[in-house]
Amino acid sequence: MSSVASNTLSRTPFHEFHVDNGARMVEFAGWEMPMLYRSIIEEHCQVRTSGGFFDVSHMGRLRFTGPDACRFLDRVCTRQIHGMADDQCRYSIVCNEHGGCRDDVLVYRFGPDEYLMVCNAANRTKLLEHFDAVRGDLDAEWRDETARTAMIAVQGPKVMDLIGDVAPDVASLKRFRFVRKSIMGADVLISRTGYTGEDGVEVIMPATMAVQSVSLLMSTIGGADSPVKPAGLGARDTLRMESAMALYGHEITEQIDPLSAGLTFAVKLDKGDDGPEEGAFIGQEALKKIAETGPDRSLAGLVLEGRRTPRQGMIVNADGAEIGVVTSGCLSPTLGRPIAMAYLDSARREPGSAVEVLLGAKKVTAEVVGLPFYKR
Amino acid sequence: MPIPSECRYTETHEWLDLDGDIVTLGITQYAADELTDVTYVEMKPEKSTILPGEPIGEVESVKTTSDIMSPVGGEIVAVNQRAVEEPSLLNSDPFGEGWLIKIRTADPSPLDGLMDHETYDKRFPVAG
Repeated sequence: MSSVASNTLSRTPFHEFHVDNGARMVEFAGWEMPMLYRSIIEEHCQVRTSGGFFDVSHMGRLRFTGPDACRFLDRVCTRQIHGMADDQCRYSIVCNEHGGCRDDVLVYRFGPDEYLMVCNAANRTKLLEHFDAVRGDLDAEWRDETARTAMIAVQGPKVMDLIGDVAPDVASLKRFRFVRKSIMGADVLISRTGYTGEDGVEVIMPATMAVQSVSLLMSTIGGADSPVKPAGLGARDTLRMESAMALYGHEITEQIDPLSAGLTFAVKLDKGDDGPEEGAFIGQEALKKIAETGPDRSLAGLVLEGRRTPRQGMIVNADGAEIGVVTSGCLSPTLGRPIAMAYLDSARREPGSAVEVLLGAKKVTAEVVGLPFYKR
Repeated sequence: MPIPSECRYTETHEWLDLDGDIVTLGITQYAADELTDVTYVEMKPEKSTILPGEPIGEVESVKTTSDIMSPVGGEIVAVNQRAVEEPSLLNSDPFGEGWLIKIRTADPSPLDGLMDHETYDKRFPVAG
């Protein structure tokens, strides 16, 4: 990420809001996004203790329709899409033939022939090309709705109570369920989902409605002592790290499979085994082989001594030999200690084990711990 | 406390303030903003001798780790322990309580080649 120096970047419908609120804008996956408004740590703590509002409009939104939409999604998703209920969301991985992760996505079911997929900004074009290449003779279509919609996440322990005051049907949503509402003539989707480890919602709306909705939101709850304040990508990253949520490019890549990443819950290894209805997903055979022997390396947590920040690519040693590599790390604002996610040799990731992280020329002692680091 | 308009500035965003033979060094507001929240400060210990252009310590933030360089050589006579204990001072008051280090130098001439405040400020304006 670097400071913005280009006008070729995409801007979200909230751009003016960010600038007006003093955001430091940075380039992220081809988008101009707010890194922070005041302080990453302050915004992090705001979300953990009260509430934060994130612009996540850069994320890809793809709508799937057609009689074979479900069969198609089951071909590309590791999770079972068939059998989802209407108004349900499901987290899944999209794999390559080798079982590596093309992306992680959230699939929303509107009805048997209509779905929405939210994917990472950096992978949207790649996924669309992949989907075109593997459509085969299935009667399914998809449309990129990223530009014509906007998306926000409102997250934090006080958020659901605040929403309950104005929309009881939203407050009573179960996790990974959504409602669609017509607000001032516009279709708005509200799901009880998020990427911070806190309770809250994500909202998808027409781009034309974005500015209006955010000024409404901020006028309702937006005072200086407001329980919900804007938060940037910096806080989003440290929040997801504490909650040990994978980030594409870090914990999951085209070279890393979801079983090694600890995402076994999102992989249906026997998909299609019990009938012709669904068929297998791309990468299933490769993942079955990995599952038979177990992954060589798998994701673990580290808590480091001292105050230094572990970062992606740093080597992890035990007894003088390399046993792993860090994928993400930060000085955890909630724990006050440096934390890291790291791929460790599967035999060496026993919680309580002592290891060393190589920070430049220095070796820092760390303890292997279970994930997540933080649970609400 | 140094006055920004009287300091000299490096390309790598350190400010230096000369008083007698003592140079006080810190990072600029621009640098602090670029780093984002500073989480860790480690300077070479007092009484160390440093050469001009040598790294004298490291500053870490949520987003990145950065070497701190000194264009002047000499002896480190003070390290700001408050900034070590409370690294966020570099964000909130980089010219004041967030100063980093004092160096006794026999040769302050490298300062002459650095930017003055006006030049630095033009090249690296602070947003907002």
